[in-house]
Amino acid sequence: MSSSAYVQLVDLVKHFGKVKALDGLTIDIAEGELVALLGPSGCGKTTALRALAGLQGLDRGQMIVDGKDVTFQSANKRGMGMVFQAYSLFPHMTARENVEYGLKLRANKITTDKRKARSGELLDLVGLSTHVNHYPYQLSGGQQQRIALARALAISPKVLLLDEPLSALDAKVRTQLREEIRRIQVELGTTTLFVTHDQEEALSIADRVGVMRNGVLEQIAAPAELYDRPNTAFVAEFVGLTNPIAGKVSSGTIEILGGVVKTLPGSITSGNGIALVRPESLDVVASKSGNATVFSASFLGATCRLSISLNDGTRVTAQLPSPDAAGLGAGAPVKVSLLDMPVFVKAAG
Amino acid sequence: MKQSMGVRLWRWTIISFVALYLLVPLYAMFDFSTKPFGFADKGRTFRAWTMIASQPDLLAAISRSLITAAIVMALILFMIVPTAIWVHLKLPVLRRPFELLCLLPLAIPAIVIVVGIAPLYRWISININESPITLAGVYSMLILPYTYRSLSAALDAVDIHTLAEAATTLGASISRVIFGIIMPTIKTGIVNGSFIAIALVLGEYTISNILNFKTFQVVIAQIGRQNGNVAVAVSLASLLFVIFLLLIIPTKKRQGAVLDVDIA
Ligand SMILES: Nc1ncnc2c1ncn2[C@@H]1O[C@H](COP(=O)(O)OP(=O)(O)O)[C@@H](O)[C@H]1O
Ligand SMILES: [Mg+2]
Repeated sequence: MSSSAYVQLVDLVKHFGKVKALDGLTIDIAEGELVALLGPSGCGKTTALRALAGLQGLDRGQMIVDGKDVTFQSANKRGMGMVFQAYSLFPHMTARENVEYGLKLRANKITTDKRKARSGELLDLVGLSTHVNHYPYQLSGGQQQRIALARALAISPKVLLLDEPLSALDAKVRTQLREEIRRIQVELGTTTLFVTHDQEEALSIADRVGVMRNGVLEQIAAPAELYDRPNTAFVAEFVGLTNPIAGKVSSGTIEILGGVVKTLPGSITSGNGIALVRPESLDVVASKSGNATVFSASFLGATCRLSISLNDGTRVTAQLPSPDAAGLGAGAPVKVSLLDMPVFVKAAG
Repeated sequence: MKQSMGVRLWRWTIISFVALYLLVPLYAMFDFSTKPFGFADKGRTFRAWTMIASQPDLLAAISRSLITAAIVMALILFMIVPTAIWVHLKLPVLRRPFELLCLLPLAIPAIVIVVGIAPLYRWISININESPITLAGVYSMLILPYTYRSLSAALDAVDIHTLAEAATTLGASISRVIFGIIMPTIKTGIVNGSFIAIALVLGEYTISNILNFKTFQVVIAQIGRQNGNVAVAVSLASLLFVIFLLLIIPTKKRQGAVLDVDIA
C-alpha cells in the first residue's frame, strides 16, 4: 500500500501539555476505502481526524493526500468533508441552504442551476428530498446528521471525515444510518475515515479497522482478520469478548483445557501465559465427567451464550449455535474444550 | 378548572398592575402637557404641543441623537460583535479579563469618566471637529457592560466552535465564519444588546451635557428650563415615537436577511 496510498498520515505527533494525544501515528488509506479508527475515549482519534481536516495543528508529522503534501495547508483550502459528533447544521439556514453552503463559496465555478441540481441530488441520496425547506430545529437528530453528511459530500471532498457522527442518536437510528453511510460511501467511492469508539460500528462498516491506543496505531486490518488474528493483547481484549485462560506456552503452541492450539504472532513464546479465547472458540458438550458446570444460559436467537464455571473456579463465556446448546441449562455438568483456532497469548500476571 | 380560574385572575391582576405602573406616568405627562400655562389659556390647551415645532434646536438635536445612535449601532455590529466572537472562538483565555474590562464603565461613575475624557474631547473639538462621531466614541464604551453581556450569553448558548469548524472545512474564511455564520446564529443576542445600547444612547444626559453636545436630552432639559409644559410634551412625543419604532422593528425573517449580508 505504501507510496501508492491516497491518504498517508506519517508519524503524527501532538502533545497537549503532558498529554500525548498523538504519539507517532502512521496510517495509509487507499483511494475509495473506508477506514474506521477505533479506540477507547481519549486515545487520540478525534485529534487525528482534526489534524487531517486542518483544524488541529501538529507538533510533528506529515500528511499527504492524493500525492500532495497538505500538512501546512489551511483547513478552508483542504477540501475535506467533515461530519461532527455534535449537531453542526447552520441554524439560520434551511436543509438545502446548508447543503449548498460549500458550493456557494465556490460560486465562481458553479452556476446556480447546477448548485440546485447538486443539492437536490445529495438530499435525495440521504433520503431527505422531502425536507429541503426545513430548518435544523424542525429536524430530528438523525435527519440533522443526514443533512450534515449531504453538506460534507456536496463539495465532492477529497476525503470524508466522520467523527462519531452517530453517537448522539438512539440505537435503532444508529444502526440504520451507519448502513446508509456505507451504502452512500460505496456508491460515491469517497475515501473515508470514520472515527468511533463503538467496535460493532467499526467492524460492520469498514473495509479496514485501525485500533488506536494512547496516540498510536496498534493494528490495522480487515474486520474479520482483526477479530480472528489480533496482533496485541490490547486489540484482542478491546475488539470482541475474550476469556482469559492460563496455560503453558512452548514453540508456537499453548496447552489449555486439555488440548493444544497454535498461538498468534505477537504472543509470548515460552513460559506461563494467558490465552485470550473467543467465546465461539470454546466447544461445550454435556458430560458427567467433564471439567466444568454451566452457571447460566442466555438464548440470543441463532446462538446461545453460556456462562460456565470451570472446575478450577475460572468463569468463562462460551457462545455456540442454539441447537448445540439444547439441554445445557444452569447446573448441567459439561466438558469444555478448545476448537482448533489460533489464540493470542499474553504474559501471565 | 378552579385552579385555572385562580391562575387567570392572578395573571390579569399582575398585568393590570404593570399596565397601571407604565401608563399612569404617561397619562400624567399628557395631563401636565395640556394644562394651561399662559394668562390667555382656559381649560385644556394643546399650545405646548404646537410649540414643539417652533423650538429652534430641537430638530437638529433629534437628528444628532439619531445619528449618534446609528454610529454606535455600526460600532456594535462591526467592532464589538466581531471582537466578542473572536474572543469566544480564538482567545478563550482572554474571556475573563475581557468581561472585567467591559464591566468597568458600570463601576466608574459617569462623572469620573467625563472628567477623565474631557481634555481629550476638548483637543478633538479644537483640532478635528465637533460631530456626533466623537460622542459615539464615549457611548460605545458606556454601553459595553450591557451589550457585551447579552452577546456573551448568546455565544455561550450555541456550540459556535463546531459551527465555525464546519464552515471552515466547507471553505469559509474567518471573516465569512464571523459575519455569515456566527452573527446570524446569535442575532437575537445582537438585537437585544443593540436595543439596550440604543436606549442608553438616546437617554443619556450627563456626559453629552458636560461635553457640550446638544443632544436630544440636553435640548429637552433646556426647553424645560424655559417652559415645563413644552418639555413634557416633547418627552411624551419622543416616548411615543420610540414605541412606534419598536412596533415597526423588522420581523424575524427580515432581520435574518439584514444580517446575512456577506461582507467577506
Ligand atoms: N484542545 C485540547 N486541549 C487539551 N487537551 C486536549 C485537547 N484536545 C484533546 N485533548 C486531549 O488529548 C487526548 C486525545 O483526545 P481526543 O483526540 O479527543 O480523543 P478521542 O477522540 O479518541 O476520544 C485526550 O486526553 C484529550 O483530553
Ligand atoms: Mg473523540
